[in-house]
Amino acid sequence: MCTVCGCEDKHGHPDSVAGNGALAVDKSVSRTLTLEKNILEKNNVYASQNRSFCYSKQILSLNFVSSPGAGKTSLLVDTINSLKSDFSINVIEGDQHTSNDADKIRATGASAVQINTGKGCHLEAHSVGHAIKDLQPAQQSLLFIENVGNLVCPAEFDLGELAKVLILSVTEGEDKPLKYPHMFRAASLLIINKIDLLPYVDFDMAQCVRFARQVNPSIDVICLSVKTREGVLPWFEWMTTQQTKMNREPD
Amino acid sequence: MHELSLCENIVASIEEAALKEHFNAVVVVHLGIGKLSCVEPEALRFCFDTAIQGTIAESTQLVIEIFPGLAQCNHCGANLEIENYYDACSHCESFDLKILGGEQMQIESLEVM
Ligand SMILES: Nc1nc2c(ncn2[C@@H]2O[C@H](COP(=O)(O)OP(=O)(O)OP(=O)(O)O)[C@@H](O)[C@H]2O)c(=O)[nH]1
Ligand SMILES: [Mg+2]
Ligand SMILES: [Zn+2]
Ligand SMILES: [Zn+2]
Repeated sequence: MCTVCGCEDKHGHPDSVAGNGALAVDKSVSRTLTLEKNILEKNNVYASQNRSFCYSKQILSLNFVSSPGAGKTSLLVDTINSLKSDFSINVIEGDQHTSNDADKIRATGASAVQINTGKGCHLEAHSVGHAIKDLQPAQQSLLFIENVGNLVCPAEFDLGELAKVLILSVTEGEDKPLKYPHMFRAASLLIINKIDLLPYVDFDMAQCVRFARQVNPSIDVICLSVKTREGVLPWFEWMTTQQTKMNREPD
Repeated sequence: MHELSLCENIVASIEEAALKEHFNAVVVVHLGIGKLSCVEPEALRFCFDTAIQGTIAESTQLVIEIFPGLAQCNHCGANLEIENYYDACSHCESFDLKILGGEQMQIESLEVM
């Protein structure tokens, strides 16, 4: 039996109650049941389990979101190579198809689990919980979750991470915070990547940051290039700050 | 796509309630959706019909109540109604707003038998 959710290893739970189309509906005998329950409660329950597990082991868990190709995997590979001598690092890779990204992560020596969502356009907390169980992350390790490249749905699905890190590359245009406000609202950190390409594109950095803060006044912003490694130090410092905060004020 | 996933979650909650509360059919599902949530009510309706096929919620009526986005300006203190996260305070133009309501996506109640 699956210990994440007690689901007997078949994951369409809860067990389907058969529909009863044949039943005659007499409205006079209906009663009202008050639920007042978040639509995503099932996901949120799994997310809280993941979160308390990470807190209990002081694991820094980050959920990386971006549009396809903004540089999530590249940043993870660089980060792992820079930090692997100091930390145990595990990665959960979400893609609709292929294990390309998990393969790139494993090439660094870090452990990775690939979740293929098939037609699904975002990761959900339940499958992330299973992946965490498979990875068995150590005390005070780092857990990076690379979500499916999509600036829409991953905003709404809590995975139990400590923070969402949103990567936007300068080739995507400075208006993205206004076009995808939910994602920019949900993120704690905005990384503006590929600044080595700034001379070749009309990207207004100051305007982009203004738009991001218009949607989310408290969002942190770091500009960097994974390619040239300009600006990567503030990113590592940001993670250290999060670790300190987490250890000071548990959930 | 993400609305289909939401509908599957709604059906799962209904099935869970059915086991606990012993009902055989759901006549109406009442949802409360905030303007600031990322749920598109029309897309939700469209997916709902697909998601309820062959479940206890089959042929259920979906009623969606929309709640306005409410905020207080951290700059001038005014209370406002907003449509989007990027809206400015209508009094002082500040974007520094505290959200007070309109982010919910709730199953409020079920009419069952
Ligand atoms: N010039 C430049 N290219 C970069 C930089 N970072 C990443 N890239 C390139 O951008 C492309 C996409 O990078 P990935 O790291 O695969 O992006 P991703 O966000 O993981 O993509 P998906 O997982 O498919 O959504 C690759 O060709 C990278 O080499 C950068 O800082 N500068
Ligand atoms: Mg990738
Ligand atoms: Zn999705
Ligand atoms: Zn104001």
